[in-house]
Amino acid sequence: MRNTQRSQKIAFFFLFLATLLIVVPVGLIVVIIIQKGLPAINWQFLSDIPRQGMRAGGIFPAIVGTFYLVLGAIIFALPIGLLAAIYLSEYAKDNILNRIIKLAIINLSGVPSVVYGLFGLALFVVFLKFGASILSGSLTLGIMILPIIITTSREALESVPQSFREVSLSLGASKWQTIRHIVLPNAIPGVLTGTILGLGRAAGETAPILFTVAAFYLPQLPKSIFDQAMALPYHLYVISTQVPNVDEKIRYGTALVLLSLVLFMNLVAIIIRYNFRKKKKW
Amino acid sequence: MILICGLASIFFVVLIFLFLAKEGLAVFKSVSPFNFLFGKSWYPISEPPQLGILPLIFGSLLVTLGAAIISIPIGVACAVYIAEIAPLKIKEILKAGIELLAAIPSVVLGFIGMVTLVPWVKTTFNLPTGLTALSGSIILAFMAMPTIVSIAEDALYSVPKSYKEGAFALGATHWQTIYRVLLPAASSGIVAAIMLGIGRVIGETMAVMMITGNAAVIPHSILVPVRTLTATIAAEMGEAVVGSEHYFALFAIGIVLFIISFIINVTADLFLHKPR
Repeated sequence: MRNTQRSQKIAFFFLFLATLLIVVPVGLIVVIIIQKGLPAINWQFLSDIPRQGMRAGGIFPAIVGTFYLVLGAIIFALPIGLLAAIYLSEYAKDNILNRIIKLAIINLSGVPSVVYGLFGLALFVVFLKFGASILSGSLTLGIMILPIIITTSREALESVPQSFREVSLSLGASKWQTIRHIVLPNAIPGVLTGTILGLGRAAGETAPILFTVAAFYLPQLPKSIFDQAMALPYHLYVISTQVPNVDEKIRYGTALVLLSLVLFMNLVAIIIRYNFRKKKKW
Repeated sequence: MILICGLASIFFVVLIFLFLAKEGLAVFKSVSPFNFLFGKSWYPISEPPQLGILPLIFGSLLVTLGAAIISIPIGVACAVYIAEIAPLKIKEILKAGIELLAAIPSVVLGFIGMVTLVPWVKTTFNLPTGLTALSGSIILAFMAMPTIVSIAEDALYSVPKSYKEGAFALGATHWQTIYRVLLPAASSGIVAAIMLGIGRVIGETMAVMMITGNAAVIPHSILVPVRTLTATIAAEMGEAVVGSEHYFALFAIGIVLFIISFIINVTADLFLHKPR
């Protein structure tokens, strides 16, 4: 008996150790970036264009570029993703077609991000002749985050109790009226969570925009959706590997801005989800 | 209209494959599929270009294997800790922490790896450069762990309560219950978790490109620079001329990656939805 108790203690200790091995480095990464990046952050850094071959000045064009890209991606992906989710949760029957749709979504979410980049290059940049532009990059990112939006929206829709639908239908509402006025309003927080998670993913990805939009150095703001643009993640990649002798402060500062942006979005999503679960009455 | 959007995901998967195939299959006019997959040298800009991706495949395999060795035991152990042992409050914090890790952009992890891990590997193993497969494996392990932990935890959580109660009633300790009852019962979910984690590692690009050193030679140890399939595409596509053999070859690598991820995801899905 004492033996089994002791082996349990040892086992639990190792499980705890493994958890620490994940959590401590994550904490360290965040702390290091904040500690070394914070001194670089000031108004000039956030609002100025990069100067002296990106060794001085600010990162404003990269922030604006990322903003446009993310906006474009969501304008494209949200309507398609939401309607696809409505189809899957409200209309789809359990047949072979829908089995294939689900498999396609799973597969879409597993495709490596650099392959999305290749696809965007072949379809949007070369075949449709959009060139390397915000449009090409946004569409590529939009397709990449589609599975995230579909999956989370679908879960949100399916978690609305069946009885809500039955009551609405029994009052004489049509199927679409039921979806529009009963199911959707109750699923909005879940859809919002998925959308924000998608935004965060789109803001942080580098590989899909490498060949579809990203400009190495472009000290002006894009004027139309057919312009190239700088983007935060690509800018961080460039100043940490491609340009020699960049001040460490600028690198950490850029990393901090990118990390805060992405983590902030995720935090908002987590908070919405948490509040929603607490308020939920069913 | 709604049906069309429902079909959109199939449409995009097919579209991705078609466009990869359209550009990538052209490479087989100049090099046979066998020589492409098993050719030992990758010199895409020499004259004539040598387009064998075996060194890149080995690079990807080595880095992935290293990441798997690190992340599987730690990830599964962490999942068990979160699902079974951690008190409720700590459990919520840990889950948020894991989500945080999943959200960190890969280029940020690559950057952190460059400034902290790479110098450490260099001095610890007394190497000429710290940009090695080992550094890549360690960073990639951190990218695989969130996937492994969250899916494995779900799998453990969905084991019926009665299994656990039954084991306790027979006098088993908590640990005996975990490794004799819960782990075997959740095994198919855990296998799926591991596969999806590895899928993420194989497809990861930016961090790998920044810290593995990018040498396209067949590696003989884990302490030398390597180059993966993904990093090759990302690093070379910028210079490849549209329509050149090099350009087609990079798309052909894309096809290889697409097929690998397709197989991994479909198999993992089968494990996840295996009827009990």
